[in-house]
Amino acid sequence: MAVMTPAGDYRTTYREDMTIFPTLGSRVALWAGIALLCLAPLVLDRYLLHLLINIGFLGIAALGLNILVGFTGQISIGHAAFFGFGAFASAWLHDVLHVPVALAIPLAGLMTAMVGLVFGAPAARLKGLYLAIATLAAQFILEDFFARAQWFTGGVAGRVTEPFGLFGIAFDRDETYFYVVLAFVVVMFLGAANLMRTRDGRALVAVRDHYLSAEMMGINLAYYRTLSFGIASFYAGIGGALYAHYLLFVSVEAFNILFSIQFLGMVIIGGLGSVMGSLMGAAFMVLLPEVVQGLANLLAGSPIDRALRLGASISYLREMVIGAAIILFLMFEPDGLAHRWRLIKAYWKLYPYSH
Amino acid sequence: MRESVRVDAETPILEAERVSLRFGGVRALTDVSFAVRRGEIFSIIGPNGAGKTSMVNCVSGRYRPTEGRILFEGRDITRMPTRRRAALGIGRTFQNLALFGHMTVLDNIMVGRHHLLRSGFLRGMVYWLGGAQREEIAHRREVEEIIDFLEIQHVRKAVAGQLPYGLRKRVELARAVALRPKLILLDEPMAGMNLEEKEDMARYILDLNEEWGMTVLMIEHDMGVVMDISQRVMVLDFGRKIAEGPPEAVLADEHVKRAYLGEADEAVSEPEEAVA
Repeated sequence: MAVMTPAGDYRTTYREDMTIFPTLGSRVALWAGIALLCLAPLVLDRYLLHLLINIGFLGIAALGLNILVGFTGQISIGHAAFFGFGAFASAWLHDVLHVPVALAIPLAGLMTAMVGLVFGAPAARLKGLYLAIATLAAQFILEDFFARAQWFTGGVAGRVTEPFGLFGIAFDRDETYFYVVLAFVVVMFLGAANLMRTRDGRALVAVRDHYLSAEMMGINLAYYRTLSFGIASFYAGIGGALYAHYLLFVSVEAFNILFSIQFLGMVIIGGLGSVMGSLMGAAFMVLLPEVVQGLANLLAGSPIDRALRLGASISYLREMVIGAAIILFLMFEPDGLAHRWRLIKAYWKLYPYSH
Repeated sequence: MRESVRVDAETPILEAERVSLRFGGVRALTDVSFAVRRGEIFSIIGPNGAGKTSMVNCVSGRYRPTEGRILFEGRDITRMPTRRRAALGIGRTFQNLALFGHMTVLDNIMVGRHHLLRSGFLRGMVYWLGGAQREEIAHRREVEEIIDFLEIQHVRKAVAGQLPYGLRKRVELARAVALRPKLILLDEPMAGMNLEEKEDMARYILDLNEEWGMTVLMIEHDMGVVMDISQRVMVLDFGRKIAEGPPEAVLADEHVKRAYLGEADEAVSEPEEAVA
């Protein structure tokens, strides 16, 4: 995206010109935002923290999918299966091999990346709908694997695991685990932002935008298409591992295709090809049901409720609203929340001379 | 025609030996042989559908000749994958623009540095730690030279796909130049441009040749440009080479006249759209 810089912002080195956060305002906002989030556990109640933690690990996984779908222009409808694999892998590493959780999480990410590379191999040759079906196969194969590989997942009983610990301190409460998730979010998002402004990140986008001329530039299409799957799975694995050590129980049924579709919803709503959009999309998906629930509570007992009999079918309402949100976003805001955010920023930058 | 700069007639940079290309029953190229000398501007002309772009695609690796060989600096590259040719020193632009539409101009040109950059995704992700930043800055400096040369400073942060046509053509040229190619393939660099833009582009091509030391292989329909800046011209018609030589000699050639204007006795035959 074109960068708007305020008047009087003179950059005298290339280093200054290549930062992720281009203006003083955005850097102040970043540090202030992180500082505020660090204070969050002191002021917010448990339930809001629970939502924020969910946004965190889902956002990391959504970012992975965005690298695959938004930046590289591929498709995956098996992302939840990789998320699940990361969850089981971390739990297995800790419970069976007694790897400390702090180490098990990144290792689980690497294991998931390996699995992702295997299932991503067809991506070197397949595109579009064909690739979609190949990733659908990954979803079903992994789901089946979860149900059968008793040694790894605990089978249908699922796997119980332990909370995150570091230097003898257990991060077993929402108030403390929040910091773990926050740290991972910061590191993973910075990593992605850095990736996108360097050689291999540009190569991924080049493969998406025009693969023929990308090849002419010396870019190995098969390598980058597969790599993209590896990176996406790594992010999914980290997200899943954080989920596992939050809930402390991983069950086999959780990682179905509906969950995969929800990940796609997150990246579409957040903004394809936008790093921060992935987090916005995850936040939207986590908060939407809460808002719908709130609306339903308001409606409960009202004439509308009696006429439509909503009370009993609140969960359907939720799914319907998510579906409707995706459709509305595709129609009216195909570039997602991230684009809307840029427009708002541009509006205030130019205010009151917006024309 | 201008004075030759430092054309080395002895060692051709590119040689095509009896190249034929067939798609099923369609013969796109038949038995085409030619050599481009190091340091020259060599143009391929011919009516629409003559096989010019097919020939360039064989050189760039998009197509694989059915028969014949292509040698680059004496090395057989006929079966070499496209992506390896950038590192050898072959860059190209496309007839229909092929920019990375959603990237900024700067990023587009930086993609051209791909084969020269060493930081992979791991070092890229830890930007400040593994030397990726230093490398980016060093290459940014060279990219800025190219931006200066092609006079696109004012749009360097603009999204490439949103630029007007003439500028996009220049950005695409910049991206090809960023590869630091020894041989640059230009597929209709002047197509769709007005006179002023054509003059600019002709000047850029001459500078690339003379100052940047690049050998140019160009397809162009604008005869004025071809005559003015190329040292040698090859004419294709229906996939066959019908003439090669200095521009004046080629234009005077009977076969060429016939290819462009039709047989002398075919009074009603339409001239092909040679001059776009």
